[in-house]
Amino acid sequence: MKKFFSTLLLLAISLQIFAQNASPSIEQSVYASGKIYVVVACAAIILLGLILFLFSIDRRLKKLEKYSDPKN
Amino acid sequence: MYKNWWKILGALLVMYATIAGFLHSVPKLPILHESIRNLYFHVPMWFSMIILFAISVFHSIKYLLTNNATHDLKAVESVNVGVVFGVLGIVTGAVWAKFTWGQAWSFDVKQNFAAIALLLYFAYLVLRNAIDEEQKRAKISAIYNIFAFPMMVVLLFVLPRLSDSLHPGNGGNPGFNSYDLDSRMRMVFYPACLGWILIGYWIYTLKFRVRALDKYTTL
Repeated sequence: MKKFFSTLLLLAISLQIFAQNASPSIEQSVYASGKIYVVVACAAIILLGLILFLFSIDRRLKKLEKYSDPKN
Repeated sequence: MYKNWWKILGALLVMYATIAGFLHSVPKLPILHESIRNLYFHVPMWFSMIILFAISVFHSIKYLLTNNATHDLKAVESVNVGVVFGVLGIVTGAVWAKFTWGQAWSFDVKQNFAAIALLLYFAYLVLRNAIDEEQKRAKISAIYNIFAFPMMVVLLFVLPRLSDSLHPGNGGNPGFNSYDLDSRMRMVFYPACLGWILIGYWIYTLKFRVRALDKYTTL
């Protein structure tokens, strides 16, 4: 009987170890969307930032074109 | 056309990195999940920034050696573009942190020092505007720039390693390359870095050409 309980106890301890290993898959089912929208948001921020930056370059070039226009 | 091959290469690499970045398979990681794909967007921003700042230091040294104003213009324009990439890097980092660390700005050492490194370069741009005399401005800002670059490297890569940080590669945390950056991710990550560096360099040459036109035509 003592042997049986000690076996059971050891099994219970080892179950906890298994549970820790399995936690990512449980978490994965909770976050079903997989946080892909974080990547979408970051890619959009980069595009938006670079496009705004291009507009600022464009504005400067436009000013230059106005000055160097031979009609002026 | 034969001179533009690297622009086409940069465009193709960024296109490839974006499409493959969303569609290519990634390792399954706990907390990160699909957001590991941000590695192809967030990290290349910082690499581009560092390359642009390195170009700036190169031209600052050249300016001090030759006193040629063109090098001063190149130095300031590469910092201008580098700062934009740095801001994009810090904003995407904050968004990523919001969904993996729990807070957009958790005053993590990596975030704080990255912000300070950017402030160093904002100070460079402000310093330039504060000096009216052209040669003096060029000389002082070139010297400042040469000191700012090693400071930036120390702030981004040395100091965060000495204390606790959530950022991979810092404070006892292993970098992505040690166990998760497998060969599948490398196939996208390295082209992404090279592509974004080329695009950053391209924007810098555009900025410089506009600036040079401005200086040498309207004066």
